[in-house]
Amino acid sequence: MQRSLHIDPLKCTGCLQCEMACSYHAEGAFNPSRSRIKVFTFHEAGRFAPYTCTQCDEAWCMHACPVEAITTDLETGAKVVSESKCVGCKVCTIACPFGTINYHHVSGKVVKCDLCGGDPECAKACPTDAITWIDADWTGLDRMRASAEKSLAGVAAS
Amino acid sequence: MQHIIIGTGPAGVIAAETLKKVAPDSQITLIGSEPEPPYSRMAIPYYLVEQIGEEGTWLRDGENHFAELGIKRITDRVSGVDTTSQTLTLENGEPLRWDRLLIASGSHPVKPPIPGIDLPQVQSCWTLEDARQIAARAQPGANVVLMGAGFIGCIILEALHNRGVNLTVIETGDRMVPRMLNEKAGNLLKSWTQSKGVTVHTSTSVEAIEASSSEQVNVRLSNGETLPADLVISATGVRPNTDFLNDTGIEIRSGIVIDDTMQSSIDNIFAAGDVAEGYDFSTGMHSVQAIQPTAADHGRIAALNMAGITTAHRGSVNMNVLDTLGLITTSFGLWAGSGDGDETELYNPQSYKYINLQFDGDRLIGASTAGMTNHVGVIRGLIQNRTRLGPWKDRLIKDPTRLMEAWVGICENISPG
Repeated sequence: MQRSLHIDPLKCTGCLQCEMACSYHAEGAFNPSRSRIKVFTFHEAGRFAPYTCTQCDEAWCMHACPVEAITTDLETGAKVVSESKCVGCKVCTIACPFGTINYHHVSGKVVKCDLCGGDPECAKACPTDAITWIDADWTGLDRMRASAEKSLAGVAAS
Repeated sequence: MQHIIIGTGPAGVIAAETLKKVAPDSQITLIGSEPEPPYSRMAIPYYLVEQIGEEGTWLRDGENHFAELGIKRITDRVSGVDTTSQTLTLENGEPLRWDRLLIASGSHPVKPPIPGIDLPQVQSCWTLEDARQIAARAQPGANVVLMGAGFIGCIILEALHNRGVNLTVIETGDRMVPRMLNEKAGNLLKSWTQSKGVTVHTSTSVEAIEASSSEQVNVRLSNGETLPADLVISATGVRPNTDFLNDTGIEIRSGIVIDDTMQSSIDNIFAAGDVAEGYDFSTGMHSVQAIQPTAADHGRIAALNMAGITTAHRGSVNMNVLDTLGLITTSFGLWAGSGDGDETELYNPQSYKYINLQFDGDRLIGASTAGMTNHVGVIRGLIQNRTRLGPWKDRLIKDPTRLMEAWVGICENISPG
């Protein structure tokens, strides 16, 4: 069964353990600015929201790549960048409407979440279960529910 | 069903592969005029700095990719299109009959009407063959004049600079990349480029190129200067390849006019990519965008419609990203605004940072940036989703760099406070 990252922002305390774990796994350094997952802080609301690539079906990044450097990992469903094929043209960084594939100034290539090959460090590092690694069907269900609630809210408001 | 695709750029290749997926029993023929396997012009700058070999420019892995998929490739040039008999003629091969034809013939560099433009020292930068010529001539210490600081000019600027040439850039506009950056951002890019040791003349044109010896030319400028050059690169824009369609009755304005199914004015003839004048998401008008993501969109949607799966194109957002000697600039949608919406900007010339956002009511409709790369794609998302920014608009007016927070905040129903 394919699994996916599930993020529940209400459980996030902004500890940045996920960013630490991600950057250490990806680049061997505890450096949140190098993390593929990013925790956004909303001071006034007292809220935090971890955000990363959803490995979306549309895969805008993958379709925009001129040299086929982005492919789907068939085991995890992750869209993965081949560092040897990426020329660093950055077209994917403007094509991704979620802003989750980014240019890496040191390597001259782009980087994104690759689900750590199926064992995501961010989920393991999260102490509050704000980030969990669960059966894809469940996140699908949650998404449908959230979407249904949103449309209902839309109907109620109009 | 016979599907014929003219052009082996991203639009043609994606169309061929999409057709193979959705109509596996049809015959698919891909015609290209260049001898190499289908490759990406966008990768040429990286080939010029020898970061990649020629294979690194290929759109798909391996010489046999298309044969293995069952897509027939023909290397030839289309000389005529007969829309009545649905037949096209080739310069060398046998005529071919189509049931559905896709014209994805791309564009070609414009040759500016300047005396001396045909001298052997003058080179365009468009094909792999052009790149080989440039690589051979742009030796360390060579004097190189680059005509045009547009997309192509800027993309190859770094490659030329890294090859150790003495580089001078001539641009007729009052700033660099005038089709993508406003006066502030375009001049910021100019001062950045000059700080890297490249001479840039804006509001200047080349009046003539004259042979000074068998190897060298003199480039005469409108500002009175004359520059000796071993190589002149002409990068003054591109135009759609439509000459072979003259007298076919296919409606052509700046490119082949297509409807929202990518069909031209003639049934069963479709067009995609740089040659097509498709629907622009932001303006609601038809235009030739000539960018990679639009070519990819066009190719996929054209193929679906050619296979009988009716799919409407909702318009492409015009967007660009350029890396000029390390300063990365982007532009999206209506980056110059619509005339009556609010705008906001942050301009920090000392650190070469710029961001400008354009609004229509509380929606983002365009943006341009310099020196900012993180999460820039979200600009496309906000524009194309027509996201209501609500209270986040005021936050963005105060600090336009907070785009990603705005998007995440809107998704999570968090107000900026």
